[in-house]
Amino acid sequence: MSELPEQTQSPSPAEVKRILEAALLASQDAMSTGELKKLFEQELDHVLIRRLLDELREDWAGRGVELVQVSSGWRFRTTADVQPYLDRLKNEKPAKYSRAVLETLAIIAYRQPVTRGDIEDIRGVAVSPGIIKALEGRGWIDSVGYREVPGRPALYATTRRFLDDLGLRTLSELPPLAELQKVMEFNDAR
Amino acid sequence: MAGDASTLAPVADLASPPPARLYGEALEKLPLDLYIPPDALEVFLDAFQGPLDLLLYLIRKANVDILDIPMAPLTAQYLVYVEAMRSQRLELAAEYLLMAAMLLEIKSRMLLPRPPKETGDEGEDPRAELVRRLIEYEQMKAAALALDAIPRIQREHEWVGVQVAERLVEIQPNVSATDLQLAWLSLMRRADMTRHHKVTREALSVREFMSNILRRLHEEGDLRFEQLFEREPTAAHMVVNFLAVLELARESLIELLQIEAFATIYVRTARTDAVAEPG
Repeated sequence: MSELPEQTQSPSPAEVKRILEAALLASQDAMSTGELKKLFEQELDHVLIRRLLDELREDWAGRGVELVQVSSGWRFRTTADVQPYLDRLKNEKPAKYSRAVLETLAIIAYRQPVTRGDIEDIRGVAVSPGIIKALEGRGWIDSVGYREVPGRPALYATTRRFLDDLGLRTLSELPPLAELQKVMEFNDAR
Repeated sequence: MAGDASTLAPVADLASPPPARLYGEALEKLPLDLYIPPDALEVFLDAFQGPLDLLLYLIRKANVDILDIPMAPLTAQYLVYVEAMRSQRLELAAEYLLMAAMLLEIKSRMLLPRPPKETGDEGEDPRAELVRRLIEYEQMKAAALALDAIPRIQREHEWVGVQVAERLVEIQPNVSATDLQLAWLSLMRRADMTRHHKVTREALSVREFMSNILRRLHEEGDLRFEQLFEREPTAAHMVVNFLAVLELARESLIELLQIEAFATIYVRTARTDAVAEPG
């Protein structure tokens, strides 16, 4: 093949797969199937792209880099087993969040959209502004509006980046709430 | 109080795991009742996120059903903590005091005779609201742990993106030798225009250069234009040399030949027809 692809005829699935691979590797962000379609002049079948992406993921299985589908689309990341080795080259240890931060994040993730007051009600303690700031700084939560009550408190929700960073496609992939059953039992008992 | 403590297990081991030393002496066996070393109280309380967290700990430790909390021992145990905190003059968070009041209130309502069950749903368990909050908080506590356990970017993973050097280098136009030659000549031409008079007054003699050029052409034969400048050490020498070339050409002592535009320029001594073609 010459350097300039003649796009008068559709590339073969194998070629499409190679192009998808190169585009995903060269991208600095996750790419949705919609974006990936723009690589081709022809209107490619969504199902075909999806199938080829799955194949690509299979192709990379077992290597130190894996292709994952997250909320924003498809993206390569290092595998968890090789990361400890890569971390040796870094001076900083990965951030560890306090229980206060994690509980606040959990409440926002599972109960969103919530105000700071809602979070405080559930945790039984005041939520320091630093906690909200830490989560906002990470790009995991943001303010999505205000509750129309006195003071108009901000309503917080998790972001797409939160899902991306945790390797999730949707909020429904969050771990199910373990104690949900108990709450229902209790309500029934009443 | 002693009876309460047997229901709700001691918690001192949380702050100082056995074998512990108390005021310099080894503590052989754990106190049965609640005991928190004075200097460990702060640390101990730091382990809790608030009154709900503390209550949950007491309930789970005693292994009682959260749906049927024994209010009297729980309240007593909780108050021991609050009292300990106060005696240590720790700044007691308002939430802890609020919870203490709530526990006392529930406990007192529990002492009132309950309405018979048959009368309907009106007679709500005084503990209901507390239990609801405890369960909800416990749920979120578990959810926080579960969230933290999910492999995430910048801890278990890093994004991978190949650095593609696209458009970092501008595409440069091609430069040929003749372009350079042309540029050089125009530069020299400008130098000629601006420095003509000055140069002639320099110690460098155009006439001398003219002679040298003619001598070289005579000895070495035809030369490429650039070759005439190869031996010139300074810009001034080059300029004077160039002037010499021009002067020689003007005086028809040399010929400058170029086969086509931008091609190499050759320099040779002028040869008249009479000289070139004898006879």
